[in-house]
Amino acid sequence: MADEGYIASVELATAVHLSLVLGRPLLVEGAAGVGKTELARVLADVQGARLIRLQCYEGLDASQAIYEWNYQRQLLAIRTAAEDGQTGRAVEERIFSEEYLLQRPLLQAIRQSEPPVLLIDEIDRADEEFEAYLLEVLADFQITVPELGTIRAISRPTVILTSNGTRDLSDALRRRCLYAHLDYPSPESELAILNARCADVEERLAHQVIGFVQSLRREDLEKKPGIAEMLDFAGALMGLGVAELTHDPMLLQAALTTLLKTQHDKEAITPEVAQRLAGGSA
Amino acid sequence: MTRVTRFAARDPGPAARVTGFLSHLRCNGLQLGVAEAQFALTALTHVNSADPEACRHALRAVCTGCAEEAESFDALFDSYWLNDGRVVKKVMPNPGAFGPNAAGASRMSDGIEFEGPGDSDGPDRVGSAADSDGDGRLAASRAANYMKTDLRRLVQRADIEAAQAIAANLGAALRDRRSRRRRAARSGGRVDMRRVVRLSLSTGGEPFRLMYRKRPDRPVKIVAICDVSGSMGLYSRVFISFLVGLMRADSGSDAYLFHTRLVRITDALHDKDSLRSLARVSILAEGFGGGSKIGTCLKHFSRTYARRFVDARTVVMILSDGYDTGPPKLMVEALTALKKRNCKIIWLNPLKGWDGFEPVAAGMRAALPFLNLFCPANTLNDLASLEPELVRL
Repeated sequence: MADEGYIASVELATAVHLSLVLGRPLLVEGAAGVGKTELARVLADVQGARLIRLQCYEGLDASQAIYEWNYQRQLLAIRTAAEDGQTGRAVEERIFSEEYLLQRPLLQAIRQSEPPVLLIDEIDRADEEFEAYLLEVLADFQITVPELGTIRAISRPTVILTSNGTRDLSDALRRRCLYAHLDYPSPESELAILNARCADVEERLAHQVIGFVQSLRREDLEKKPGIAEMLDFAGALMGLGVAELTHDPMLLQAALTTLLKTQHDKEAITPEVAQRLAGGSA
Repeated sequence: MTRVTRFAARDPGPAARVTGFLSHLRCNGLQLGVAEAQFALTALTHVNSADPEACRHALRAVCTGCAEEAESFDALFDSYWLNDGRVVKKVMPNPGAFGPNAAGASRMSDGIEFEGPGDSDGPDRVGSAADSDGDGRLAASRAANYMKTDLRRLVQRADIEAAQAIAANLGAALRDRRSRRRRAARSGGRVDMRRVVRLSLSTGGEPFRLMYRKRPDRPVKIVAICDVSGSMGLYSRVFISFLVGLMRADSGSDAYLFHTRLVRITDALHDKDSLRSLARVSILAEGFGGGSKIGTCLKHFSRTYARRFVDARTVVMILSDGYDTGPPKLMVEALTALKKRNCKIIWLNPLKGWDGFEPVAAGMRAALPFLNLFCPANTLNDLASLEPELVRL
C-alpha cells in the first residue's frame, strides 16, 4: 500500500490484512481527516478493484442504499402493455424483472463479478434501523427482494466501514467487524505521508510543516487539522513560494486558511501564536 | 520479548490458551461471544503467531470494538500473555462462567483465578480509579467495600424505585416531541387521502385500501450531569437516585458525575443490578464530596463527550448548586460550546428553593443567559413537579 502513497501503522496493516484473509468487514474509527476514507480508496487501487461508496446520512433508507424499482418505467410499461392488450400476468412478470430494478450501492456491491471494495462511509450518521438492516447484508452478503427472491453475492466484497463517533454504534455491528482505531500520525509517519504525496516539497520545509502542524494539534482548537489539511497547507506554501515558515508572517497567516476551519480557531491562532509555533518547529 | 508467559506443562494447547485469554477479556468487561474465540484462532493462523506484537495487533483487531476497549486491550494482553514469566493457573475456562455473566446477572463468576503480578490489568470497565492489584475478578468484593462506606448508605432501593417512576415521567414529558410533519404509516393518525385516491384507481375508484399518515416521534435524549462536590453533599442522595432511576427508565439517556473532574457513569448505571451499579459508580466517583470545578468539567464535557452524544434532540440537565472554584469565563465558554450543538440546557439548583435565593455565585450568574430552564430541586418531589415545566420546554 505504501506504493500508492498510503502510510499505515503496523496495527492498521494487520487489521486490513486480517479483514482481507478472513473476509470480515473492517470498522475504522478516528477523528476527521486521519485517512479513513482514503484507506478504502487506496485498498481498491491496490487490489485493482472497483470502489463502491455508500455515504450514510440521517434518514438514509433501504430504497437509497439497496435497491428501488424504477416506478416511472414500470408505469410506462403498464400503459404500453394495456394498449397492446397484453395480459395482466405477463405484464406483472415483466415489470418486476431486473430490467426495472435500480441498483443502489449495496446491491451493486454484491453483484460484481470481481470482488469490489465497498466503503460504507460515516455509518454513525445513518439511523439505527439502517444499521440493523446492514447487519444482515454484512453477515450473509445476501439481499432479499420480495418480487425477485434472494440475491446472493457473486463475489464477496471487501467491506470498510468508517465512523466519526457522532453516536455509539450498536454492539451487534461492532462484533461483526474487525476494529481499527486511527489516530493522528506520529511526526515520522506524517513526514513519510507528506513525502509520498508531494514528492517535490523541500526537505527543510517538509520538516517545518510537520513540526508546525503537530504543535498546532496540541493547541486548544475546536477542529484539529487532519492529514488532508496538512497536505493542503504544504501545497499552499509551495504555491506561495514560501521556503521558510518564519520568513513571512503574512504569507504564513494566509496559508493558515487551509488548516483552521472555524472562526474561533482563526481568532485563537493570531500571527504571534503562529510565529511562536513556526519558530518552535524550525 | 522475553517476558512471555510460560504455561504449565499440562496446558492443553493453544486453543485453550486463546479461550482462556478471551474469558480473561470477558471478565474485564469486553463483550465477546463464543464465535470470537474461534475467529481469534483463525486470525492467529494468518499472522506470524510466534511474534507477540503481530499477535497483539491481530487479537486487538478481532477482540475490540471501540476506542476505549482498544486502549485497555494492551494492558490486558500484557497481563495475560506477557506477565513476566509468571505462570497462569487454571487456564481452562469454566463453562459455567459464560452463561450468567453474559446475561448481566449480579453474581460474579468464581470459576477461574488468574494469578498475575498485575501491573495494569485491573477491572477496566470499572475504571482506572480502582487501584488494581492485577485481578479482574476482584472487582465485586472490592466494590462491596466501597458500597458499605459510601453510596449504599446514601441511596436506598425504595428511593431508586420512586426516582425511576419520576424519571420515567420526566422522560416522557420531554420525549413527547412529535414532529409537525406527517409521514406515511401503516396505521393510526389520519387517512392519507391522496394515496387512497391514487390506490383506488386500480379498483375502479373504490377506496378499498386505506393509507395513513402520522406524526413520527422525534425522541429527545436526556444527558444528566450531576455535581457531587462537597457543597452538594446534602442533595447527592436525591440526585444519584434520580440518575439511577433515569438510566433504568430510559436506556438511551446518558449520565455523568463531576466534582473536580468529570466521569461518565452511563456504562456503570447500565448494570441491571441497581446496587452493584451504584458500587461501580462509587469507584468511578473517587473523590466524592471534594471541591468543584464546574467550568472545567463542563468544558471538558463539551470538548469530548458532547461531540458524540449531544445533538439538537438532546436535553442537557445540569444538577448543581453553581458554586465553582474556577473562573466564570470557563463556564461561559463551555456553555457557548454546548449551545452551539443546539441542545436544550436545564439547570436544577437545590439552593434555588431557599427563600431569598439570588444566583450570586459567579459561575451561576455567568451560566444564566444560556439556560432554557432554571429550576429549584432538592427532593424527589421537586423533581416530580418539574414535569409541566419540561412539557413546555
